[in-house]
Amino acid sequence: MTIYLPIAELSVNILVILGMGGAVGFLSGMFGVGGGFLITPLLIFYNIPPAVAVATGANQVVASSISGALTHFRRGTLDLKLGTMLLIGGLLGASAGIQIFVYLRKLGQLDLIISLLYVVFLGSIGGLMLWESVRSMRRTAANKQVSLRKPGQHNWVHRLPLKMRFKRSKLYLSVIPVIVLGFCIGVLTSVMGVGGGFIMVPAMIYLLRIPTNVVIGTSLFQIIFVTAFTTIVQATTNYSVDIVLGGLLMIAGVIGAQYGLRVGQKMRGEQLRAGLALLVLAVGIRLAYGLIAPPAEIYSVITGSFGY
Amino acid sequence: MRLLLALIGLLALQSAAAGQIIEPAGSRNDKFRERLDIGISTNEIAISSDFAGAGITVFGAIDDVDELLLQIGAYDVVVALEGPMRTTTVRRKERVAGIWVNRHSISFEPIPASYSMSSTRPLENIASPMDLSSRDIGINNIRLAPSGGLGDGSLLGDFRDALRRIKRSSGLYQRVPDGVEFISKSLFRASVFLPANIPVGLHKVRAVLYKNGEYVMETSLPLRVVKTGLEQFTYNFAHQYSFAYGIVSVLLALVTGWLASVVFRKD
Repeated sequence: MTIYLPIAELSVNILVILGMGGAVGFLSGMFGVGGGFLITPLLIFYNIPPAVAVATGANQVVASSISGALTHFRRGTLDLKLGTMLLIGGLLGASAGIQIFVYLRKLGQLDLIISLLYVVFLGSIGGLMLWESVRSMRRTAANKQVSLRKPGQHNWVHRLPLKMRFKRSKLYLSVIPVIVLGFCIGVLTSVMGVGGGFIMVPAMIYLLRIPTNVVIGTSLFQIIFVTAFTTIVQATTNYSVDIVLGGLLMIAGVIGAQYGLRVGQKMRGEQLRAGLALLVLAVGIRLAYGLIAPPAEIYSVITGSFGY
Repeated sequence: MRLLLALIGLLALQSAAAGQIIEPAGSRNDKFRERLDIGISTNEIAISSDFAGAGITVFGAIDDVDELLLQIGAYDVVVALEGPMRTTTVRRKERVAGIWVNRHSISFEPIPASYSMSSTRPLENIASPMDLSSRDIGINNIRLAPSGGLGDGSLLGDFRDALRRIKRSSGLYQRVPDGVEFISKSLFRASVFLPANIPVGLHKVRAVLYKNGEYVMETSLPLRVVKTGLEQFTYNFAHQYSFAYGIVSVLLALVTGWLASVVFRKD
């Protein structure tokens, strides 16, 4: 059963796309991640032009993040002021990212840079997560106390100027690292098609020392607006958002996420993190192989939009 | 000629899309008195998004034909469907520090995005390579002129070959060396193939007549290829009203995500 994607300009198997969306949705529900960093590489493996995969990935993250964002908003488990600062950085970063995207595409290096960024990020994040979860699994086996956050400890980030009081987080913190973090995530959203939660959440906890109870809500607040903004800008500058592809991924994704959520609640944290780490590493290795393996055709022809 | 018009009339009736026949135009070699005419039943082809490729038939006639020469096969006809002209860039990957990177690229002046050719005999038996190449007839004779600065001229040959090879393997450039056949005295039928990935836009049906290896005349007809259906509507919407399209994409995502959280709410 095939369906024609009007923007990617190719026919795909509808069941493969739904399966992909459902599986990534399931995993994102189970591990509490947005799933953009899995969707985009999978689409590239399935021969969707990387430009379309990235833009559509950003659009898909909007759908997978909204329900979580609404929940946190209702419960008030977010720091609106901190979120707004992150968002300012995020919108600036997304705008810069689109310029980078357009420039790389003109140079013919967009596909390469997207793959390289994924290899670097998936490799390092996956590696770190695996190391951390294995260590904490060992510790629990040895019956030792696990503490993720050491309160009261300060680092160089807390000596920067332009400090601002964030009441909800009970923090007196410089806005510079907040805006810089938001900016970097914004660039990643537009160049890689990810929400960026997998980098933002650890950075907020370990670097900015933001209390864990507001971290998820605040990062989702930033992600929703930045991915929505990126979707619109990608649609207007690169015409690369495929609404048919995105719609299929979203529908399968949000349903898969509900089941993943239930399974995730029954599993233990370290095991979940180790599982996710292995998955992230596997996707990264597959992408790295694609860069190293000799291509079947070293020439490529570009006519108009995305080539073939 | 009367027979040709009758046939065209029949075709138009069958397809129930009575397109008007456009008067062909072309140049001719005054040495000969033969005339070439072609006809297609419609000047617009609407294809749906699940289009998997199809053949179209072009009918033609040679007026004032010498029957004796026709019988011994002295007349040759080449019919080509040339796609819209597009600027095209070819890139080549090279291994840099272990990974494959696009290193060199050459952009070409607009070339036909697609080219489907059909002839009475293989081209090399019809006319001299010089004549064919001066008239851009045949896949290997389509003019591929590099545009802009050309860093290393020695690469040009390889890039041209690669462009033709990729165009052929993707089905955009193709040829049928025996696709033109005479169905009666002076009346011929040519089958040209529209590939599944045929570019939309204004195509040109071009027919060339040769007599004993000498150019007699050529004529051409415009043929517009349009895509129909929801997918094409989406494509146009995305390109013409891109901001609204972006908003709709975001709204779709918001509604999908929100609906799921409502439907699956546990309480």
